[in-house]
Amino acid sequence: MRFLYTAAVLFLFWLALSGQFTGLLLGSGAAAALFVAALGRGGRALPGPVFLLRLAAYLPWLFWQIVLSGLDVAYRVLHPSRPIDPRVMKIKNPCRTPLGTALLANSITLTPGTVTLDAGPEELVIHSVSAEAADALLAGEMQRRVMRVEGTPDV
Amino acid sequence: MFEAAALAVLTAAAVTLSRALTGPSIYDRILAVNVMGTKTVALLALIGFVYERPHFLDIAIVYALINFIATIAFLRYRERGDLRI
Amino acid sequence: MTEPGLVRTAVSAVLLVLGCLAMLSASVGILRFPDFYSRIHPAGKADTLGITFVLTGLMVREGFTLVSLKLLIILVFMLIASPTATHALAKSAYIAGLGHWKKEKGKDAP
Repeated sequence: MRFLYTAAVLFLFWLALSGQFTGLLLGSGAAAALFVAALGRGGRALPGPVFLLRLAAYLPWLFWQIVLSGLDVAYRVLHPSRPIDPRVMKIKNPCRTPLGTALLANSITLTPGTVTLDAGPEELVIHSVSAEAADALLAGEMQRRVMRVEGTPDV
Repeated sequence: MFEAAALAVLTAAAVTLSRALTGPSIYDRILAVNVMGTKTVALLALIGFVYERPHFLDIAIVYALINFIATIAFLRYRERGDLRI
Repeated sequence: MTEPGLVRTAVSAVLLVLGCLAMLSASVGILRFPDFYSRIHPAGKADTLGITFVLTGLMVREGFTLVSLKLLIILVFMLIASPTATHALAKSAYIAGLGHWKKEKGKDAP
């Protein structure tokens, strides 16, 4: 089942890349998809459809954060006095799955003023470029949103 | 329009190159090369539109993949000293 | 690659200009910030924003075609790969014990 799901996703990707629907290309695409899916057996599964739907609901907010952080960085870069005040801190990791941790670490890197230095199952090491950015992360809104995507109950 | 955008991206890549040349640490250099790779992907996509040849987008996809894997492989080598899986 | 209408051309031009500005500010930031960890910030964010704007601008110009789908694939991949590569770099430097620059009163940046 998982094998077929992986192969189907790979085959759709092949179709998007080739864009030609002759028998030969479809056949070799299907063969390649099955081959690669067979190679990937025993690896980690692709995320399921429920996770992907919740992720799709999360993405607009993340995109808005990316725009804000781009503006924030541009302001700090172009300001003549270069107003940065870097610090390193540790926060608790509320996620229970590797996928959730990866999403949280990625989101922290994309939000204004903070970058994930190290992500473990218990805590995350964060580098923040200013005090405001650190406070915004400690307020915990992002952690709540990521946990909703991950599906763990609020602690 | 695309020509101007491509020139701007090229300028940005050149500025980044100076960081790759001056360092000081090895991580600064990898970071600069990685960022240059991102700009190269944008540049390839723009060139595809400048010359109206969509096949450049396939090159851009491959370049994005190679850039990512090269960065990860290099860092893995720095961390562990070998490249075994 | 068809010729789009005036509105779409204008929107895509604005997006391209924004993307180029974001990419230029990322480059200047990498050149200008005092240490490796703060250079990661422009690299991981402004650059991601820049390529997002550039690719979205090209997608708006192109409309719903296979070319747009490829641009979307590149965009999704970059949105996943760029922060991951940045994080891998930061982690590697952090493990190796690279020191970070701190703001001190009365002392200017190196």
